[in-house]
Amino acid sequence: MTTPALNVNNLRKTYGNGVEALKGISLTVEPGDFYALLGPNGAGKSTLIGILSSLVNSTSGDAEIFGVSIHKHRSEAMRLIGLVPQELNFNQFEKPFDICVNQAGFYGIGRAEASLRAEKYLKELRLWDKAHLQARTLSGGMKRRLMIARAMMNEPKLLILDEPTAGVDIEIRRSMWQFVSGINAAGTTVILTTHYLEEAEQLCRNIAIIDQGRIVQNTSMKSLLATLDVETFVLDVPSAPGVLPVLPGVVLRTLDDHTIEAEMSRSHDLNSLFAALSSHGVTVTSMRNKSNRLEELFVRLVEHGRENAA
Amino acid sequence: MSAATNLVALNTIVRREIARILRIWTQTLIPPAITMTLYFVIFGKLIGSRIGQMHGFTYMQYIVPGLVMMSIITNSYGNISSSFFGAKFGRFVEEMLVSPMSNWVILLGYVTGAVTRGVIVGALVLVIALFFTDLHVAHPIITFLSVVLGATVFSLAGFVNAVFAKKFDDIALVPTFVLTPLTYLGGVFYSVDLLGEPWHTISLANPILYMVNAFRFGVLGVSDVPIVTAFIVMLVFVVGLSFVALRLLSRGVGLRS
Repeated sequence: MTTPALNVNNLRKTYGNGVEALKGISLTVEPGDFYALLGPNGAGKSTLIGILSSLVNSTSGDAEIFGVSIHKHRSEAMRLIGLVPQELNFNQFEKPFDICVNQAGFYGIGRAEASLRAEKYLKELRLWDKAHLQARTLSGGMKRRLMIARAMMNEPKLLILDEPTAGVDIEIRRSMWQFVSGINAAGTTVILTTHYLEEAEQLCRNIAIIDQGRIVQNTSMKSLLATLDVETFVLDVPSAPGVLPVLPGVVLRTLDDHTIEAEMSRSHDLNSLFAALSSHGVTVTSMRNKSNRLEELFVRLVEHGRENAA
Repeated sequence: MSAATNLVALNTIVRREIARILRIWTQTLIPPAITMTLYFVIFGKLIGSRIGQMHGFTYMQYIVPGLVMMSIITNSYGNISSSFFGAKFGRFVEEMLVSPMSNWVILLGYVTGAVTRGVIVGALVLVIALFFTDLHVAHPIITFLSVVLGATVFSLAGFVNAVFAKKFDDIALVPTFVLTPLTYLGGVFYSVDLLGEPWHTISLANPILYMVNAFRFGVLGVSDVPIVTAFIVMLVFVVGLSFVALRLLSRGVGLRS
C-alpha cells in the first residue's frame, strides 16, 4: 500500500474571534493525483492550506505529507511541500531571480544549484527575460507565474496552488496549466483550489468540495459528474418564440426575444424537444450548455449542504 | 534540517539583509553619518571647547565613544524592526515560515543583518570622528565585544517590537518614546558621576549606560561602571531577549494565525 501524498485527519481550526473555520476535516490525496479542493469564499479552503503549509496553527487534528506529520516533524514535512498562495507574498523590490534563489536558500539549497533551478523554472514559466527586473514591474499574470516558479525551487513532491489563476487572462492561464499538468505528469502531486470550475473539471482527477468548514463531497471527478441528472441548455432563436410547447420532463422558459432555456433530464432525448419546438414554429439556430457541469453540481451540493445544516 | 542546510538558510537571510542595507544606503547609512557629523560639530567643537576635560579627555574625545555606540544601537534596532516588520507587512515573511528553516535560524539571520548595519554605521561614525579628534583604542577586544553585544541586545529588542507591531507607527513608538530618551540619559554626553542623588542611582537602571560605558572603556580606558557588570548586563539582556524572541516565533505570535 502506497503512502498517501496527503492524509488529513479530523483537522479543526477555531480562530481567536470564535469563528470555527474547520469543523473536523478528513481527506486523503493519493500520490500523483491532481486534486481539486473547491468551495465558496470563506468555506475554509485557505485555512486548510494555511495549516498544511504551517502558516496557520490548527486547533486539533493532524495532517501527514507523504506520511510525515506536519506537527511532529514540521521541518521534514515542509521540505515536501511547495505553496503558491492566493495573495502575492514576495518582496516587490527584489528581482525574480533573487526571489527564487533566496527561496531555495531557505530550504538549504546552495546558491549554485539554486541558480540553475531559478533559470530552469523562470524559463519554463516564460519569465527569464524579466529575471533581473524588480518584481514590482511585472504584470499581474507574471507575478502569479513567479510564485509558481518560486514554489518549484525545492522541487516539492506536493504542490498546493491556492487560486493561482485569479485575475489572469486566458492565454496566461492556459500556459500555467500546461506547466502544472507537465509537472503532475512527471510525478508531482497537485492540489488546486480555484473558482474557475471548468479548470478543475478539465484538470483534476479527484475532488473535495468544502463548505462551512466541512467536506460536503469527496470523490472522483468522473463519479461526481455522473451524478448530475439534469442539464440546462440555452437555445438561440431568431425571433420571439410565442407560446412554447409543453413536454413531459422538460421545463422550457423564454428568457428574451432571442433566447429559450430548456432544463431536462440527461436521459431525455433532444430529438423530441426539437420536434416539439419545430411544430410550434420555433427555429433553433444554435445551442449551448447554460453552465459547465461541475459548476451546476457545485452549486447544488453547497446549497443542499446548507439546507441540511439549517 | 542539518547543520549544513541551516548554514545555507542563515547565509541566505544575512545576504538578503545586507543587500537590503546596501540597496537603500541613502536611508540606512547616510542619515546617521550626517546626524553624527552635526553632533561632532555642535557638541564636540562649538560647545565642547568651552566645557574642558572629562575623565582626563577633551569633551570631543569623551563623547565620541558614546555617539558611536548611540549610532550602533539606534541603527541595529531600526534595521531589524523595519526589515522584519516590512517582511510581515509585505507578507514575504511567509517565504521563511513555509520553509523547513528553524526559528533560531530566522532570528539569528535577522540579528546578524542588524548587527552588520550597526557595525557599518559605527565604523562610518568613527571615521568621521577622526576628522575632529585623535583616538587610540585602549582595549580592542573589549571594544569589539561591546559593539557586538550592544548591537545584539538592540537587534533582539527591535525584533520583538517588529513581531508585535501591527502598523508602521508601532515600530516608531519605541525608538521615539523609549530608545531615544534612554540613549540621551545613558551617559552619551556626560559622566553619570556628575549627577547627584537620586539621579545617579536612577541612571544605573538604564541598560544603555552599561553599553556606552563598556565601549568607552574599550576606546578610552575609562568607565562610569565596572566593566564586568557592564558585560553581565548585556549578556543577561541577550539571553533574556533571545528567549522571548524564540518563544514568540515558536508560538507564531503576530505571524501565524
